Amino acid sequence: MNSDARGALLLADLQRLLDALGAKGYRIVGPRVRDGAVVWETVERTADLPIGWRDVQEPGRYRLERSGEDRLFGVVHGPQSLKPFSFAPREPLLTIERSKKSLTAVPTMPKSEKVAVLGARPCDVAGLVMQDRIFLRDAYADPYYQARRNGLFVIAVNCTRALSTCFCASMGSGPQAKAGFDLALTELDTVFLIEAGSPEGREILSALEVKPASQTHIETAESRIGSCAMSQTRRLDTSELPGALYEAQEHARWDDVAARCLACANCTMVCPTCFCHTVEETPDLTGQRAEHARSWDSCFTQEHGYIHGKNIRPTIKDRYRMWLTHKLASWIDQFGTSGCVGCGRCITWCPVGIDLTEELPALLKHSTRTKQKPGHA
Amino acid sequence: MTPFSQTTGSAVANPYLIQPATIVEKIREADDIGTYRLQFVDEQVRRAYRFAPGQFNMVYLFGVGEVAISIVSDPEEPEFLDHTIRAVGRVTKAIAQLQPGDALGIRGPFGRGWPLEAIRGKDIVIVTGGLGCAPVVGAIEYIFRRRSQYGAVKILHGVKTPHDLLFRERFDAWRRQPDTEVLLTSDQPDKTWHYHVGVVTELFEQVAVDPARTVALMCGPEIMMRLGAPILIGRGIPATSIYVSLERHMECGIGLCGHCQMGPYFLCKDGPVMRYDRVAQWLGRAGV
Repeated sequence: MNSDARGALLLADLQRLLDALGAKGYRIVGPRVRDGAVVWETVERTADLPIGWRDVQEPGRYRLERSGEDRLFGVVHGPQSLKPFSFAPREPLLTIERSKKSLTAVPTMPKSEKVAVLGARPCDVAGLVMQDRIFLRDAYADPYYQARRNGLFVIAVNCTRALSTCFCASMGSGPQAKAGFDLALTELDTVFLIEAGSPEGREILSALEVKPASQTHIETAESRIGSCAMSQTRRLDTSELPGALYEAQEHARWDDVAARCLACANCTMVCPTCFCHTVEETPDLTGQRAEHARSWDSCFTQEHGYIHGKNIRPTIKDRYRMWLTHKLASWIDQFGTSGCVGCGRCITWCPVGIDLTEELPALLKHSTRTKQKPGHA
Repeated sequence: MTPFSQTTGSAVANPYLIQPATIVEKIREADDIGTYRLQFVDEQVRRAYRFAPGQFNMVYLFGVGEVAISIVSDPEEPEFLDHTIRAVGRVTKAIAQLQPGDALGIRGPFGRGWPLEAIRGKDIVIVTGGLGCAPVVGAIEYIFRRRSQYGAVKILHGVKTPHDLLFRERFDAWRRQPDTEVLLTSDQPDKTWHYHVGVVTELFEQVAVDPARTVALMCGPEIMMRLGAPILIGRGIPATSIYVSLERHMECGIGLCGHCQMGPYFLCKDGPVMRYDRVAQWLGRAGV
């Protein structure tokens, strides 16, 4: 990226960016403090942002605390990724009317709304790129996803602070956003380093008429992002995947993790890439009209593997194995890359703190069940 | 496989759109099994619709939902679409209450069927169990319409009890085809049963095959394929010449809802017909 494409926007001038987006018809959504976490909500003024807060995340634990600084983006992330903006948690697909001896199905396309998300983290941008691949670049392009995605403008904020649960550096998805954003910001001490990643982003950037970024700005940003990567304590070694995990399907560790897993599905709900969904039919009281809608589903539910009278994956062990094998191994065969972007949400939001960066190495270690040799304990 | 032309308000093909269809005939196959002959209401949809043997439709019932059902009728006559359905689940039990003239919906066809073009010139061994013969009925009809293009055909079909033998007249008709053997077996015979007694894999011993020029098509309970395929391999048929049709929970039909995964495959779009060597390592496992 050459330096002309980057600018320096004074921290105090962030409102100008909000105004420029507002002028283009965007509703701006950013992180806001709600019930002890940050969630995506409409942001009108920069003061709506969680200034002075930071999040502390650990396995099974999320807390906001005062940071003692006045950083605008001191909170790394909340439970929501970018996923709900394009893959709606509940999406009506069709309205179906029954007539005398027939029926009529009419697609219920979502209203096109222009939404600018301010403060998307690089891991979440990588998750969005993955979801685009799944929903838009297969045999069929999903028209509902497409309609929502069309109106989405993504302002990434590169990370200069890592959580204890972060491991994006080892997944190659952060702490700097590489692609998939319209604008990317790096919050420095007095300015944001700002760069455009799309024609729409360039248009907004040029309207802002920011000063060019100085070499010092660029170097400071690189150095802080680099330090953020270095500071990550968790990592995932994916070099032996997918094969090694396929070979570990009978490993004793699955029983061990299944004894801890509650099958609550939290990990799949907070995951930026999980795409399972279920379709439900809801007739109204007249019995003449039904809504056909899809909702997020999870491979941890009883019903996920149900087929006429039997459940393919009856135990929690089967379901955890399904999830982890899909996320880290079969995803590579299906989509050419890992299904994990290293955001760490599944670790934080797991009520019992199951940590896939611990589970994977344990599963890839010599199995005590299948590969046991005579004479070994 | 391209679906029939469907458009949304935004002119993007909408794979979720359900097309109304009418039950033109209901054939009782057994107490809990019926074959439903469906016809699209919209004439344009009817004319544009094509399918390949082994593909399936999502069959929809108003107020209840959808279920994946293979198409058993002849692909040369796509005007009428036969679906043989056993009343076992929420949707299929409700469908069982319907009569000719009632409305259903269809989305499809989805998935990959039997590789009938690629196996031209080969001897064909078809191994089926119970209602598992339904997804392969269209393939058998396809082969017999082009009888000279295929070698010897052997149809081995197993049922639990004689009562479970569906499509009896079809088996009789196939038996009359040249260079064709039809062998039937029942686990639990009754007085009327004059065929083999036992499981379908035992029939393998009664047929002579030239393994190098034989392709096997298998469909039925998963255990039949799991145990049967290795026996065929033992007879010298390469694992790459064995095809199996598999079943999993399916809601979307286009590889998006995530339910039908088996290892790296989405059975709704990569299958339901899969080459055996690709799924062998997953077939044998419980809970996968």
